[in-house]
Amino acid sequence: MDSTTAAPATRAWQDDGSSRVPFSVYTSADLHRRELERFFYRGHWNYVGLSAEIPAPGDFKRTLIGERSVLLVRDQDGGINVVENVCAHRGVSFCRERFGNKRNFRCPYHQWNYDLKGNLIGLPFRRGVRQDGKTNGGMPADFTLEEHGLTKLAVAVRHGVVFASFDPAVESLEAFLGPAVLGYFDRVFDGRELKVLGYSKQRIPGNWKLMQENIKDPYHPGLLHSWFVTFGLWRADQRSEMVTDAHGRHACMISRRNEGGASEVTQGVASFKEKMTLHDDRILDVVPEDWWGGPSVVMMTLFPGLIIQQQVNSLSTRHIQPDGPDHFNFVWTHFGFADDTPEMERRRLRQANLFGPAGLVSADDGEVIELSQVGFRQKPDAATYAELDGRGTGGADHMVTETLIRSMYAYWRRVMEV
Amino acid sequence: MANPAVLDFPAYYALIALQADYAAALDAGEWERWPEFFLDDCVYTLQPRENYDRGLPLATIALESKGMLLDRVYGIRETLFHDPYYQRHVTGLPLIRGMEGDTILTETSYAVFRTKQDQLSEVMNVGRYLDRVQPTGSGLKFAARLCVFDSEMIPNSVIYPI
Repeated sequence: MDSTTAAPATRAWQDDGSSRVPFSVYTSADLHRRELERFFYRGHWNYVGLSAEIPAPGDFKRTLIGERSVLLVRDQDGGINVVENVCAHRGVSFCRERFGNKRNFRCPYHQWNYDLKGNLIGLPFRRGVRQDGKTNGGMPADFTLEEHGLTKLAVAVRHGVVFASFDPAVESLEAFLGPAVLGYFDRVFDGRELKVLGYSKQRIPGNWKLMQENIKDPYHPGLLHSWFVTFGLWRADQRSEMVTDAHGRHACMISRRNEGGASEVTQGVASFKEKMTLHDDRILDVVPEDWWGGPSVVMMTLFPGLIIQQQVNSLSTRHIQPDGPDHFNFVWTHFGFADDTPEMERRRLRQANLFGPAGLVSADDGEVIELSQVGFRQKPDAATYAELDGRGTGGADHMVTETLIRSMYAYWRRVMEV
Repeated sequence: MANPAVLDFPAYYALIALQADYAAALDAGEWERWPEFFLDDCVYTLQPRENYDRGLPLATIALESKGMLLDRVYGIRETLFHDPYYQRHVTGLPLIRGMEGDTILTETSYAVFRTKQDQLSEVMNVGRYLDRVQPTGSGLKFAARLCVFDSEMIPNSVIYPI
């Protein structure tokens, strides 16, 4: 072996903790496959959409769980089904439209037909073709329609939000979220009818877990995001709370806005712009809503693939769709409530300028994630250092902490067995 | 339907000169010039085609006054961290969709290329401008510029105007 070999060894976990994540955890193709199997395809509920996206029988939406294409469809009975978008015959990813309305699904290749629950209901030449007094071809005598349906996923709908799982043995959605996180989920989704305002989609060249971390990281918003610190939407001198479920996989970052301006937490903070004023401040025309119950912001991370945003009057689900260890697609669905006044809907849309791929706040989250991934690739023998507020896990009653990231990686290590 | 005879050549020339100047200002990074292409009371949006076609109101950027454009410029200059990049617009010829009084309604295809330092150039955003262009004492101005983009995925982020 040439002792001058320059390539550094890949670093493994150096201790039993979760504060120093090896960079290879973000780049390894083997770990990525195991993550898909253990988090996206087994034992977890994954977000697929809002029932308001498919209001009528026959309405469907094509989306992803992990890297697998699935269809969310409302059947003639009004029920919501989730089926895998792979024909049982020859594997064709048969549904190409992202939204639409159908009476049934037909594969274009050999016209196998499925109903809206994913059952195979018919196919050409099943009993062969008669020619010259004999029957040519046909399926074997032991062929049954029942054995050749689409893969049907477990489905849980709670207050208009639809989750699915490839794992039929997955626990209930309520148990999966746990009581503390469920309470914050129901704060936003209390059964009111939702109204979809539209979508934003971005492709971020970074590992998918970095987006979970970003929304489990209350340390960065008051530093990276000038708008948050300057206008008091998120900063370290606010009353805040960090909540996790019993496993440490899900989290809520909860805070209350203040008046902004200069204080102890803005000293030496380069992004604080004391003289910043807006030419048109309608973008920050915040009107508190009764259902907030105090906090002006609750950012929820549901592991592995969903973020639920309530930041003042702006609401969105953000769906993480991994694509290999080095990329993910990030799909934002902004919504309001069916009974919003026109003024409130306009306000939600205006405040959406802060978020999304061009957001005055969120655009730079994607940028820093991309640059973390560059560093991970460059230095595979290194590890992160997430020890703000110690090495422990669990919740906190302030935001000067990285405990939620450590909690997630403690859970990740248990499930991944590394 | 389109009526190509609706503008005489000097008027059409003024329109394409506006489009060319707009693209040149953005490609040169002259952000302070960007709001000056608009009326004080104006609309600028950057919206996915999916939302536009389905009548969903969300836009990736939705500005409703020249003041909001000025605030976006401040964001680009002072508050948004981003990897630096060049952008390059290639703008087609405007199709005249109609007139409302002296306001010209036009549709123009565009492609924006992005070049980051040490990287290959890439297609960043492809779509069409739907414009309402108003004659003023200081030349043509946009009353509205809707950028409706075909591109299914934004390559990470959009910092500069399209």
